[in-house]
Amino acid sequence: MSTFLKLLFRNRLAAMGAVILAVIVLAVLAVPLLPLQDPDVTATADRFKRPFTDGHLLGTDHLGRDLLSRLLHGTRLSLAIGVAAALIAATIGSAIGIIAGYFGGRTDNIIMRTVDMLMAFPYILLALAIVAALGPGLMNALIAVAAVNIPFFARNIRGITVGLAGREFIDAARLAGMGHARIILTELLPNVLPVIVIAMSTTVGWMILETAGLSFLGLGSQPPQADLGSMLGEARSAMISHPHTSIVPGLMIFLIVMSINLLGDGVRDALDPRLRSGALSRPLPTTLVERSGDIPEPTDDLLAIQDLHTQFHVGARNYRAVGGVSLAVRPGECLGVIGESGSGKSVTALSVMGLVASPPGVITGGAVRYQGEDLIGAPYETLRKKRGDHVAYIFQDPLSTLHPLYSVGDQLAEAILSHHKIGKAEARRRAIELLRDVRIPNAESRVDNYPHEMSGGMRQRVGIAMALANEPDVIIADEPTTALDVTVQAQILALLDDLRRDRGLAIVFITHDFGVVAQLCDRVAVMYAGRIVEEGPTTAVLDAPAHPYTKRLIACVPELGGGRRELAAIPGLPPVVSDLPAGCAFAPRCDKAQESCRAGEIDLKGSAPRAVRCLYPEEAV
Amino acid sequence: MGSYIFKRLISAVPVLLGITIIVFLIMSLIPGDPATAILGSYATPENVEKLNRDLGLDKPLVQRYFIWLGNMLTGDFGRSFSLNRPVLDEILERFNATLILAGTSFVICSLLGILAGVVSAARQYGFADKAITFVVLIGISVPSFFLGMMMILLFAVNLGWLPVSGMYAIYGGGDLPDLARHLIMPATALAAVATGVIARLSRSAMLEVLRQDYIRTARAKGVPERRVIMGHALRAAMVSIIPVLGIQAGFVLSGAVYIEIVFQWPGVGRMLVDAILTRDLLLVQGGVVFVAACYVLFNIAVDVAQSLLDPRIKT
Repeated sequence: MSTFLKLLFRNRLAAMGAVILAVIVLAVLAVPLLPLQDPDVTATADRFKRPFTDGHLLGTDHLGRDLLSRLLHGTRLSLAIGVAAALIAATIGSAIGIIAGYFGGRTDNIIMRTVDMLMAFPYILLALAIVAALGPGLMNALIAVAAVNIPFFARNIRGITVGLAGREFIDAARLAGMGHARIILTELLPNVLPVIVIAMSTTVGWMILETAGLSFLGLGSQPPQADLGSMLGEARSAMISHPHTSIVPGLMIFLIVMSINLLGDGVRDALDPRLRSGALSRPLPTTLVERSGDIPEPTDDLLAIQDLHTQFHVGARNYRAVGGVSLAVRPGECLGVIGESGSGKSVTALSVMGLVASPPGVITGGAVRYQGEDLIGAPYETLRKKRGDHVAYIFQDPLSTLHPLYSVGDQLAEAILSHHKIGKAEARRRAIELLRDVRIPNAESRVDNYPHEMSGGMRQRVGIAMALANEPDVIIADEPTTALDVTVQAQILALLDDLRRDRGLAIVFITHDFGVVAQLCDRVAVMYAGRIVEEGPTTAVLDAPAHPYTKRLIACVPELGGGRRELAAIPGLPPVVSDLPAGCAFAPRCDKAQESCRAGEIDLKGSAPRAVRCLYPEEAV
Repeated sequence: MGSYIFKRLISAVPVLLGITIIVFLIMSLIPGDPATAILGSYATPENVEKLNRDLGLDKPLVQRYFIWLGNMLTGDFGRSFSLNRPVLDEILERFNATLILAGTSFVICSLLGILAGVVSAARQYGFADKAITFVVLIGISVPSFFLGMMMILLFAVNLGWLPVSGMYAIYGGGDLPDLARHLIMPATALAAVATGVIARLSRSAMLEVLRQDYIRTARAKGVPERRVIMGHALRAAMVSIIPVLGIQAGFVLSGAVYIEIVFQWPGVGRMLVDAILTRDLLLVQGGVVFVAACYVLFNIAVDVAQSLLDPRIKT
């Protein structure tokens, strides 16, 4: 609760809304105590006095009545009617919603069909029909506005209740022999109440506006009693000659509705957990770069990641997702990058082409060189021209990585058209060719399919075809087979392997699966907590792992036909990268750890191509 | 596609029937004798009895409903006593004016709202975003009738740029430019709130979509940013924006009642308010059913648009 209030008031606009609303409410509550003139006493001699005249701070209206007094009385009436309408609508609507949601079945069906029909009306038609039947008047306007809003509450609360009614604690209450009424009142209602209150806080502004509107039309409060709406309605005839009589009540309605809106937004934002983590930010076209330190010298590799640092800045915390990673590939080579979830392997991959979502991602150091050219901090257009054309990506889970509303043919064609000036028909022909290349049967008809019409393996092939569209030199494959079953996985791996041999592609293959690494990769780098802990030729690392972490990771892989063997899970969890320990990050989970492991920085060393970041390696390298 | 439209039209039949039942039930809430309510307390007993017979009010409720429904289906909405002409003739004439006003407003709020939302999302936390958020906040907080009055004061009275009210100039008006000049202020005032709501929703829909993996895919293959935003992201965001356009159309139609009063626009809304004040209940009843039915049909059009956009919806 206190974090909620803190969040609410950190939001300056919401605080402003709260202050305005509080001032209005206090002024209105104090009406009986204030030395105000009688709002209904007419004095035709004093009609249309301008604001700031003696005795009339806001002037007088067409009958010479004091506007300030009428404004405060009118505001009081409008607020009272609006809040009353909200309470009535919330009570009846929620009761209907809870009953529909709790009992379900036919009760639910009949109630919700009726609610749907009520919601099929533009709301004011319903309100007008009710006022027409009951006759104009403030009470009838209140009834109309409340009635019109009942379906809104019924539908929202029903949705919440349906979710709750299936939960265990309701079943438990039922098994304990509690009656329906008791379950609803003691078990359901307390859980639904916060939602009702929030729904009310977001609609009360509307209801004040709606009742004011009906009064403005002459269908609500009747003279001499006046709420804000009827004040405005009465003033309309004199609007051109004496605008202040219209502006005063109009501005008040505006202030009330605005302050309630501000407060309502603040409440909603404070309750939305996504806003706290900053996850509602849209990612920029390229990752932010705030590079400090020296920029490493170019090498003659095709793609070289050099001492890369990528962090996530969330609030005051810095998550060091990648803390100084260096990797390189040559044409035709396949490099495996392996590690647990959260080891920083995907972030490393995405940093290459500036695809780490920012905010919160920031590249803080190092270089990424494609044919010697540093891409970190390169202008957007430079990066865009390389993306897909020279360095292409294959992502995990093609159901979420392919656009659901474009056909796969269009998505493939677009990849080509983004880099080459060719005709649409030519692009489509190429798209079909690409689908054939990745061995999708009936490519001519499949090209018009949408992603949801394909199987998982087929979609992944589309993902690969898209990466191949512009015949890139490097493909970065980020767990491209994780979402697939084993036979499809084998086919995809074979396909990638063929492509690399046929076309001289360099592949950076990111995975958490040693089996896949063994099948495909020439070299492998093992990552832990944002750093490389071991690297070397695949067979050397697999046969004789030097880092205790690598050894235990390999020990986790079950072997087919290996008989009964105890699978040794690694105790503990990877460290949170906002708060890395000094020295070896694996030390807390390592059974060989010594004092010296925790003392300070440990270098990645060994004789090339092997290297390990450990003081007490399992094997000398 | 044709079969989908047909299916949606069929599914609208129960909703339309429900609407007539609801309106009929509300109208039967009238306290006391409806004929007296219609004719006023000074009516002679003979007239009251005659009207009761004409309206079939001496029959039971259910029978009365079906007579009324049957009459409506044959185009007989009854006769307005205050205007002394058939209700349907009056409604059709007035609805034309409302359609011009609300239709223009709807186009304004859809285009402007979506554009503002997209710009706001693409420039999140930037100057444009803050400026749009501020204008939107004002837009959704100003009552449309007050906004309309202030616009008249500024643009018609003080600056003299636009006519104060009405649909056509009394002398020498009647052509399209004349209508357009009369339409600018009411259509804008009516669009204000809906524009704000649509802008807000479009912004959050765009932000939601821009974080999706397929946006990263589009960027990874080198699609220019303008196309990522206006193509990939907006298209996906439209899936959640379109239903809101349907809802906002209802709010525009509702707001038209106030705007028609403020700008003396000869539409259905003003007709309804006048009818309530003169207790011309047949006119109210007919007008409400007619407009609600049009709104239901409009929402079917929205659903069809949605199915054209989203291939995942089975048609």
